[in-house]
Amino acid sequence: MLETLITMLVKIVVVFGALLLTVAYMTWVERKVIADIQVRLGPMRVGPHGLLQPIADGLKLMFKEDLIPSQVERVVFLLAPSLSIVPAFIAFAVIPFGDTTTLFGLLSKPVPLHITDIDVGVLFVFGVASLGVYGIVLAGWSSNNKYSLLGGLRSSAQLISYELSMGLSVVGVLILAGSLSLVQIVKAQEGVEWIFGILPHPRWFLFSQPLGFLIYFTCALAETNRAPFDLPEAETELVAGFHTEYSSMKFAMFFMAEYANMITVSALATTMFLGGWLGPIGPSPVWFLGKVFVLLFLFIWFRATLPRFRYDQLMSFGWKRLLPLALLNVVWSALWALRG
Amino acid sequence: MEVVIFTGLALVAAVSAVLVIVQRHAVYSALFLIITMGGLAGIYILLEAYFVWVIQVIVYAGAIMVLFLFVIMLMDLRRERDPWAPPGRGRIVAAILLSLVLLGELVLTVAQRLTLGPGGGPPPAGAFGTTLTVGRLLFSEYLFPFEVTSVILLVAMVGAMVLAKKHLT
Repeated sequence: MLETLITMLVKIVVVFGALLLTVAYMTWVERKVIADIQVRLGPMRVGPHGLLQPIADGLKLMFKEDLIPSQVERVVFLLAPSLSIVPAFIAFAVIPFGDTTTLFGLLSKPVPLHITDIDVGVLFVFGVASLGVYGIVLAGWSSNNKYSLLGGLRSSAQLISYELSMGLSVVGVLILAGSLSLVQIVKAQEGVEWIFGILPHPRWFLFSQPLGFLIYFTCALAETNRAPFDLPEAETELVAGFHTEYSSMKFAMFFMAEYANMITVSALATTMFLGGWLGPIGPSPVWFLGKVFVLLFLFIWFRATLPRFRYDQLMSFGWKRLLPLALLNVVWSALWALRG
Repeated sequence: MEVVIFTGLALVAAVSAVLVIVQRHAVYSALFLIITMGGLAGIYILLEAYFVWVIQVIVYAGAIMVLFLFVIMLMDLRRERDPWAPPGRGRIVAAILLSLVLLGELVLTVAQRLTLGPGGGPPPAGAFGTTLTVGRLLFSEYLFPFEVTSVILLVAMVGAMVLAKKHLT
């Protein structure tokens, strides 16, 4: 009893710490990658190649003056940043980041590398993610500022529209895996398949569900408010969108929530489409992290490449293109499952 | 332990449900309604009905309430001018009628419960509220009501669209 409690606590602390660190260093990665794409150097001053920049930024944000404008709805204004950051971190409770381990024989029995495995894991992540929007909406409303409000409203409309397609895009995976538990979904992707009997590839759902993956990733971009779908904070139109009135650590919390959400959707995509922790050789968490970082790199790459959508384009794309495609994918997967 | 958790969740749900109607500002009412939903979701976990719990969070707390908030924010951007103005006669009559209906239903339910004795009714079958059981029931026993419900919702949606549009093209 005590031992399971301790391993549980250790796992939670490690995952939480790793997530915080990744969030901090994603800001550095993002600036570096974008700088490289734009033939610049990016942060170079603080530490070698600017490696200490995230720590300097964090300290700066903590010591900045915390402004609360006089016209805001105080309670909600203070609550909103936490409402946006907590769901972003909670979702990681069900994501498996590795196979079982004994820590090189240090532990008496193998410990599974996930905080918890519930039989509705996928739905849990979606449920928690759908709560994340409250932070943004309430921030926009409580700021009592028209740009903030427009940002919040845009965000809620965007999330509702893309959540549907996102949910439908993974139905194919659920049909193939026959489970909602993320651990079971990873285990269903074990082994190798052959294309035409000559080309081997891992049995990842990416290969049997390519359309599902594309739809999922597009929706993930929209759900995390990343370019080209970053309309809730479109600088050119809305000052800074929903977080215009926020300063200091409260602003940082929105920023952290955005990056944590990016990591969560990437981790979920890795688990469901890229075989999770599975890899040919070596420790499983390394494979998991590697795949997550490839997806995170894609996020940054998209931001550096694609211009922002117009609002009506975003809506008609979500409802008239993505949703029918996602439905088609569900039907196709069901037929595929019947055949096999 | 279970009783303590249940009481806590029930209290949260009940108190915030009262706060929903006491609040004068629609946004705060919506926020308390979300907390009520959360309390109910917690009770579902206690019943080990995990699927029902997740659906409660996704559908009610996550989707419907976001739409509610969205509409409230779009419509009602100004604070209510005189929060304590007396309501009109029509509203009072409607309120009395509706509360009478609710009271009647409550009395009926409680009476029914009492006649059944403690615990009341047979306990639900083993895997109550899991994805498997809900899915099985939905696609076998309740297939027809399920499909009819979705058609009714579709009709309501189309109706709302037609009513909202000024010109049909």
